Amino acid sequence: MAFDYDQYIRGGKLPHIWCPGCTYGIVFKSLLRAVDTLKFNRDDIALVSGIGCASRLPGYVDFNTLHTTHGRALGFATGIKMAKPDKHVLVVSGDGDATAIGGNHFIHACRRNIDITVLVFNNFIYGMTGGQYSPTTPSGHMATTMPYGNIDPSFNIPDLAKGAGASFVARGTAYHAAGLDRLITEAMQHKGLSVVEIINACPTTHGRRNKFKSPTDMLLWMKDTFLPAVAFDKLPPEKTAGKFPMGVLFKKEGVPEYCETYYGLVERLKKQREGRA
Amino acid sequence: MGKIKLLQGNEACAEGAIYAGCTFFGGYPITPSTEVAEFMAKRLPQIGGAFMQMEDEIAAMASVIGGSLAGCKALTATSGPGFSLKQENMGFAMLTEIPCVIVNVMRGGPSTGVPTGPGQSDIMQCKWGTHGDHPVICLTPAYVQEIFSETVRAFNLSEKYRTPVIIAFDEIVGHMRERIEIPDPGVLPVINRTKPTCPPSEYLPYDDSKGDVPPMANFFEGYRYHVTGLNHGPDGFPVNASPRIHTDELRLIRKVEGNRADIVKFEETLLDDAEVAIFAYGVSGRSAKTAVEAARKEGIKAGLFRPLTMWPFPEEQVAAIASRVKAIVVPELSLGQIIFEVDRCAKGRCKVEGIYRVDGDPINPAQILAKVKEVK
Repeated sequence: MAFDYDQYIRGGKLPHIWCPGCTYGIVFKSLLRAVDTLKFNRDDIALVSGIGCASRLPGYVDFNTLHTTHGRALGFATGIKMAKPDKHVLVVSGDGDATAIGGNHFIHACRRNIDITVLVFNNFIYGMTGGQYSPTTPSGHMATTMPYGNIDPSFNIPDLAKGAGASFVARGTAYHAAGLDRLITEAMQHKGLSVVEIINACPTTHGRRNKFKSPTDMLLWMKDTFLPAVAFDKLPPEKTAGKFPMGVLFKKEGVPEYCETYYGLVERLKKQREGRA
Repeated sequence: MGKIKLLQGNEACAEGAIYAGCTFFGGYPITPSTEVAEFMAKRLPQIGGAFMQMEDEIAAMASVIGGSLAGCKALTATSGPGFSLKQENMGFAMLTEIPCVIVNVMRGGPSTGVPTGPGQSDIMQCKWGTHGDHPVICLTPAYVQEIFSETVRAFNLSEKYRTPVIIAFDEIVGHMRERIEIPDPGVLPVINRTKPTCPPSEYLPYDDSKGDVPPMANFFEGYRYHVTGLNHGPDGFPVNASPRIHTDELRLIRKVEGNRADIVKFEETLLDDAEVAIFAYGVSGRSAKTAVEAARKEGIKAGLFRPLTMWPFPEEQVAAIASRVKAIVVPELSLGQIIFEVDRCAKGRCKVEGIYRVDGDPINPAQILAKVKEVK
C-alpha cells in the first residue's frame, strides 16, 4: 500500500514554496516516512527551523512547529529540550543557516551532545535570497556574490559536527532517498546530538549557473559523487578525488547526554536534601 | 512575616523570578548582570528548573523563548552589548507573543563602554531596540526591595499580556546591597498564562475575535500549532500583503497601550504643591528624592515623579504635571534620552531641563538641587 503522507501534512498548507526541480520535497517525504517508522506520538514532537528554504518545512507538518530567526533554531530547540527533556526535538536547517550565521550554535549543540536531531539540508547555496555563496559552495562555483567563481574554502559538515562533539554523524543525499529514510530514523533513535547532512540540489540558483543543464543532472551528480562509506573506504586514494562517503560516518554510544546529566544533578541535589531532612 | 535578607539588586531580581514561578534561565556572562545568572545557576537545579549558560547572548535569548513555549516561565539577564545582541530574538517573542522576562542591568557607554559603571543610556533601546513596530513593557525599579517586587510584576505582566517584559536598572542598584523582605508565597499575586479551553481542532493561537490576548497553548499539550516570525493569520501561518498584518500589529500595540491603567506604575513625592518637578528613575531617582528633601528644607517647592513603568511611557501623568509646574528637571545617566519623552508630553507647558552625566559616577543630589534652584 502506498504511504499515506496526508496523515502528517497540515490541511490546506500545500503547495509548498519550493521551486520546480528542488529536491527538498524528496527529503520532506523521507522525513515523514522515518517518523512513521518510529511511531512517535506527534504531540510529543517539536520541529524547529531557522530561516531559508529548508526552514519553511515545519509549516507543512502536523507537529508542534517553530519557525524562528536566521541561524538560531538550535538555541530555541535547546530551550525546548531542556524544558521538556522527554520530548522529541528535531531541527531542520540549511547550509547557510546551520554553518554560517548559526555556526556557533551548531558547534555548541554538538559539544553538549544534547538529544536533538539536526537535519542540515545542504544545497551549497543561499537559495531563498537568490544564489549567494555559502560556507559549502564548492571552490570555483559561480554565485551572485562570487561572480568570478568562489574563492572561499568550504566546510565539510560531518567533519565539523564530529570535531565539535556530536555523537552521531551521517550523510545522505536526495538521490539515495531509501537510504536516507534509514539514516534519519537511526539519527532520531540515537540518544545524543545527531547530525544528518543531506545533499540537495538547487537548480534555480545554483545548478543553472554551474553547468548543470537540468535538475536531473544534479541528481545524477549525487549518484556518481557520493558512495557508501564502506565502499569509499576501500578505494585507493587516487580514486577518491571528487568523491565523498555517505551513510553513518561516526557513531559513539555511551557519551553523556546533556539533559540526562543535568537532570541527574537535579536528582542528586534532591536526594541530598532528603538525606539531610 | 517573610524572610529578611541582605541582598544586592541582582540577587533580589533572581529571588523575585523564583517567587514568580520562573523555572528556566538562559544566559551568558556579562558585567554587571552576571550575579543574576550565578544565583539562578545555584537555585534552579534545587527546584527542578533548567539553567542554561548558552554559547552567546543570541542563543540565550532563543533558549528562553523555547523554554517558555515548552511551558516554563523564563528569564534572561544581560547588559549593554548583550542587550544589543538579544534584540532580534526579542522582536521574535513580541511578534509571536511568547512570554519571557529580559533583565538589562545598564552600564555606561556605547560599544564596550564602561562595563563596571552605571548607565541609563539604553532606555530608548528598551523601546526601539528591535526592528519594526512592536509592543514594549519596560519596568524601572530603583531599590533592592523594588527590584524583587517589580520582577514578580514583570512575570505577571508578561504572562497576562503574552509579551516579553524588560526590567531595566542600572549597575549601582544592581550591585547595591540593602535589607529586603521576601514575602511568604501567596502574599504577592502570581499570574499564569491563560490556556485554551477549546478542543485542539478548534484552536487558533492568534485568534483576536474574543480579545486582544488570545489564550496560549504550550507545546506538547495536544495543541499542535505553528509559530513563525513571519506576520501571520489567526491560525499562526504566514500571510503576505494582507490587511490582517495591519490590524494584527495594531492589536499587539493595543495589548500594551490599551492596558495602561494596569501596566503604568509610578511613585509621586510631594508633587501636589510643587513648582519644580523632577522626573527621575533608577539611581537618579534615588538622588532626586534626597534633592527634594533638601529643597523642601530650604523652602523650595520641589517634588518627584519616579516612574516604575517607563514603557508604555506615563504620558498622562507627565502632561498633568507639566500643566501645573514651572519646570521639570530630568536627571539621567545619558546625554539626554528620556527627556525627549518628557518634553513631548509637556508640550511646551513648562520648561524641561536635563542633567546629564556619563562619566561612570551617579548624578548626586547637590547637582539636582542646584538645577532646581536655577529653574524655579
